[in-house]
Amino acid sequence: MTTDTLTEQPSADHDSHDDHHDHKPTGIKRWLYTTNHKDIGTLYLWFSFIMLLTGGALAMVIRAELFQPGLQIVEPDFFNQLTTVHGLIMVFGAIMPAFTGFANWMLPMMIGAPDMALPRMNNWSFWILPFAFAILLSSFFMESGAPNFGWTFYAPLSTTYSNGSTAFFVFAVHIMGISSIMGAINIVVTIMNMRAPGMTYMKMPLFVWTFFITAYLLIAVMPVLAGVVTMLLTDTYFGTSFFDAAGGGDPVMFQHIFWFFGHPEVYIMILPAFGIVSTIIPAFARKKLFGYASMVYATSSIALLSFIVWAHHMFTTGMPLAGELFFMYCTMLIAVPTGVKVFNWVATMWRGSLSFETPMLFSLAFVILFTIGGFSGLMLAMTPVDFQYHDTYFVVAHFHYVLVTGSLFSIYAGAYYWLPKWTGNMYSDSLSKWHFWCSLISVNLLFFPMHFLGLAGMPRRIPDYALQFADFNKWVSIGGFAFGLSQLIFLAVVIKCIKGGEKAEAKPWDGAEGLEWTVASPAPYHTFSTPPKVD
Amino acid sequence: MNKGNNVQNNETQEQPSNAQKNKKVLSKLVLIVFGMFGFGFALVPLYDVFCDITGLNGKTNESAASYSARSVDETRTVNVQFISRTAQGIPWKFEPMEREITVHPGETKFVKFYAKNESTQDIVGQAVPSVSPGLAAAYFQKIECFCFNQQPLKGKEEVEMGLQFYVDPELPEDISTLTLSYTLYDITGKVDS
Repeated sequence: MTTDTLTEQPSADHDSHDDHHDHKPTGIKRWLYTTNHKDIGTLYLWFSFIMLLTGGALAMVIRAELFQPGLQIVEPDFFNQLTTVHGLIMVFGAIMPAFTGFANWMLPMMIGAPDMALPRMNNWSFWILPFAFAILLSSFFMESGAPNFGWTFYAPLSTTYSNGSTAFFVFAVHIMGISSIMGAINIVVTIMNMRAPGMTYMKMPLFVWTFFITAYLLIAVMPVLAGVVTMLLTDTYFGTSFFDAAGGGDPVMFQHIFWFFGHPEVYIMILPAFGIVSTIIPAFARKKLFGYASMVYATSSIALLSFIVWAHHMFTTGMPLAGELFFMYCTMLIAVPTGVKVFNWVATMWRGSLSFETPMLFSLAFVILFTIGGFSGLMLAMTPVDFQYHDTYFVVAHFHYVLVTGSLFSIYAGAYYWLPKWTGNMYSDSLSKWHFWCSLISVNLLFFPMHFLGLAGMPRRIPDYALQFADFNKWVSIGGFAFGLSQLIFLAVVIKCIKGGEKAEAKPWDGAEGLEWTVASPAPYHTFSTPPKVD
Repeated sequence: MNKGNNVQNNETQEQPSNAQKNKKVLSKLVLIVFGMFGFGFALVPLYDVFCDITGLNGKTNESAASYSARSVDETRTVNVQFISRTAQGIPWKFEPMEREITVHPGETKFVKFYAKNESTQDIVGQAVPSVSPGLAAAYFQKIECFCFNQQPLKGKEEVEMGLQFYVDPELPEDISTLTLSYTLYDITGKVDS
């Protein structure tokens, strides 16, 4: 029996003792010791949702403070801590782990592998994450307070003028970085070595491609982030002068190194979203994805271009004209592959037999609203107008359109799409539609007026504002509270779906394609012990 | 039994190959990770070189220019403004004795800065220059500058510090005003160590 089991799972060999059927420990130990990709995926997804609510709670306080002009609820310094930690949690705690969760759950099932290639490292890469965020959040309860220098932690705000939270911040980021790097390495090794026989690279689902490319981006830039926070640490505590002009350093260099990481980072948060949406739209248009190969090349070119556009975040730091033009044109060039993607999604839907289940609704909202975020990005890419938009609410509106209605909406779309596979039950359709429509309306009320606030000159990261911005801010705050509450509907949908509901078939969506739909719902603890054959 | 043995054999042949494959990719990726960590630090000297070439960050030459023979361009004048500021925590008074002068490109000029240690402690100061617009930094040549040296001042001591410079005649036509800004830092602690 043992021999048979092993033969069926040649690639899970180094972990074979875990693969004896149902010998898993129970209770908390099951989750602490697990090396099963589905368990770890679940952990990642729950963790990211908890972080979403945590970061969201901070945003609620921010919006409450901004409901009226003047200072009502929090002190300016604490306001800065709120914006900083909100940004850090949403980027590193909510969006990125959610995508890693998707990768863990879906990649092995999509490529016909029994598990991730390095299951022990997989366990490790998840379980260090809670510690990173415990460190970060604990700083709220310290005398110094939490980091207050913005999620971009520009020197010298984070060095000379730091409130003393820099060490906590640096070590938290180190751990987050190590976690992401390990997760990314696992994804690359799995995709390279564990594909089912016959699945060539150009036969992989686009979802797999986007995660493959994202993982490479992570491996390339997370170490640079680790480097820059290390320099920050030694500058603050050990007397080096990387960013200190007194010792021959240069604070502007901080921005160059940070954004060399930071710009690929924004694609790390959106390329997987492209993958999810490219999976869902064909399923509900009942047509093959239009232009698969062009999608692969577009994703790769976006990833490559992301390395040479970083200084568009720094147009106002004083750059030679040639530099500003170079970064402006390179940035605008990214609109070309991104446009290819948007047109491909539209072409996929063209003359398809569309139906509007909740995953499709979120995907459609993604295509439209992400494109709005893309357009405001193009506006920001233009050097001369960026001098007006820089550090205003226009920027805030832009990146929330791409990250909330972009990345987060794609995560919801993916969650609804695969919930039947994960839980074995269909989610409540009406409740999920409530979630969608409430989110859609409130998110636009929340972020759309920010464009106008920014154009009118309201600066970001300030707890108070001039009186003429009062009406818009009131509406933005109302939208914010409504959007925050709407996310609790999602929690209700998920809990209800786990507890029961209409039983899901192996393939609940008639237009869906992919190996994950060939296994039962809920997906058995071990799948594809024998690799499927792909033609 | 025989069959079982065969399977076992197949397996032992296959197993390492798969684990080895994983290990090979893994070690390459780990190498990239360390390489990129190093690259982050390599950006520091690279940035300095890049700025030296382009004058990107307005840093001026750190060594003195020579008195080479130059033609003075009498047809052009350039305003040179001087700004000074003290970094947080250094109790010095520090200011240019002339705020602005007009020079012909190529012409050598001498200006003075005044510094006074207003505390009773001995402090070592270091002025760091920066030229705006940054592109002009490469054309601002200092023959002699107090910023090349550390400046120790005893408590309540004062000093006049000289700067001898010229503006390179190659200065692009569209630049008619140069601002030279000095920031004075307290480096007493760093000198001690």
